Amino acid sequence: MAQSRPSHAVTFDGAAVVAETTAPDGRADRLTILHPVTCTLTERRVAVVGANGSGKSTLARLVNGLATPSSGRVLVDGLDTVRDGAAVRRRVGFVFTDPDAQLVMPTPREDVALSLRRLPLDRAARDDRVRAVLERFGLADRAEVSVHALSGGQKQLLALAGVLATEPSVLVCDEPTTLLDLRWRRVVDDLLDSVDQQVLQVTHDLDAAARADRVLVVDRGHVVFDGPAPDGVAHYRDLMAVR
Amino acid sequence: MSVATPLGLYRHGTSAMHRLPAGPKLAGLAVLGVVVVVARGPVVSVVLLALAVALNAAGRVPLRPVLRSLLPVLVTTALVAGFQWWQRGPAVAVEVAADLLSLVLAAGAVTATTPADRMLDLLDRALRPLRVLGVRPDLVALAVALMLRTVPALLTTAREVRDAARARGLERSPRALLVPAAVRTVARARATGEALAARGIGD
Repeated sequence: MAQSRPSHAVTFDGAAVVAETTAPDGRADRLTILHPVTCTLTERRVAVVGANGSGKSTLARLVNGLATPSSGRVLVDGLDTVRDGAAVRRRVGFVFTDPDAQLVMPTPREDVALSLRRLPLDRAARDDRVRAVLERFGLADRAEVSVHALSGGQKQLLALAGVLATEPSVLVCDEPTTLLDLRWRRVVDDLLDSVDQQVLQVTHDLDAAARADRVLVVDRGHVVFDGPAPDGVAHYRDLMAVR
Repeated sequence: MSVATPLGLYRHGTSAMHRLPAGPKLAGLAVLGVVVVVARGPVVSVVLLALAVALNAAGRVPLRPVLRSLLPVLVTTALVAGFQWWQRGPAVAVEVAADLLSLVLAAGAVTATTPADRMLDLLDRALRPLRVLGVRPDLVALAVALMLRTVPALLTTAREVRDAARARGLERSPRALLVPAAVRTVARARATGEALAARGIGD
């Protein structure tokens, strides 16, 4: 899809994440979760692939300040995720793997309304906006049912609706389709392909990764590949085949 | 599945109770609370209980979940009433029992017919004067909403933990029930906090 919107930039400037842990013998230890990463992401669709525990989720969490770099910086459109955390989170929407972790209100209508409370809207305008958002995501007829009564796919759709309701410029998704069946995976994939936002998707779905404009492969805390999608997916397959 | 409690979830509807704004409903509940304490005698209490039942009927609150959620309250009420009967006679017993039930029922009717969103708006407005003291009304309102939402979630957690303990034949071990329940509750709090942070709520 041709886009005339100004493109956005997520910049990793030597960003690394180190955790303090306790070694088996009881001494304090330092565990490097992510070694310094330096790159600038301007592509509209970026996929991050890697094994479980490779550090790819941490990489994603750095983008909206859920994780903070132990050294280096992460910038979104020039804003530092630590210093300007609130401003960054207004620009960056984040979707978790498990929508149950993300949905905090009892009904879809209230959950989307919660996202919109941040915007300067009066009650009527907010209600209208909520209705429009639910309509757009095909959840209008579920607006007043309990969130618990939704299917896994509908919940993930609602989580996306809640995040996209405030129209962020960047959308970060941490394995958004891992818990979904094939049908819902396709629905969410199509949605992620169609949104105007820049999308950074952490995924185990190599078909989805192959559609991206750029792929990062993360392995044992290092970004070991950064380039076009077909090469990235091939690199990841080779990496996993040797183990 | 949702767990019915006195603080159970809002049920969508279009009844007169639903259309009534949150402010008058909460004010009415406060007045009822005062009247219940001030008024003496079993007759007034029974009338108020009938009023509370009528409020639930007016809000078309479904009967079965209400009864189910009322069960623990009924047990408490029966114990308290029994004690009062023994100590101070049947009139006081009826009064105390009716007072307890009417407050719980009326509160249930208000929560069942008021969306959390409207409660948030109301709290937000009511707390606005405290802004001069550095209180952020929107955050307080959000905290209250989360607390209300957490009560049913805690019950669900307790049930899951009990099932897990039972599946392993540990249902008699308090440690197999309390430790995972506490851990899961803290984990849930952290997950909710992360979700709010990720959505920029409270920034």
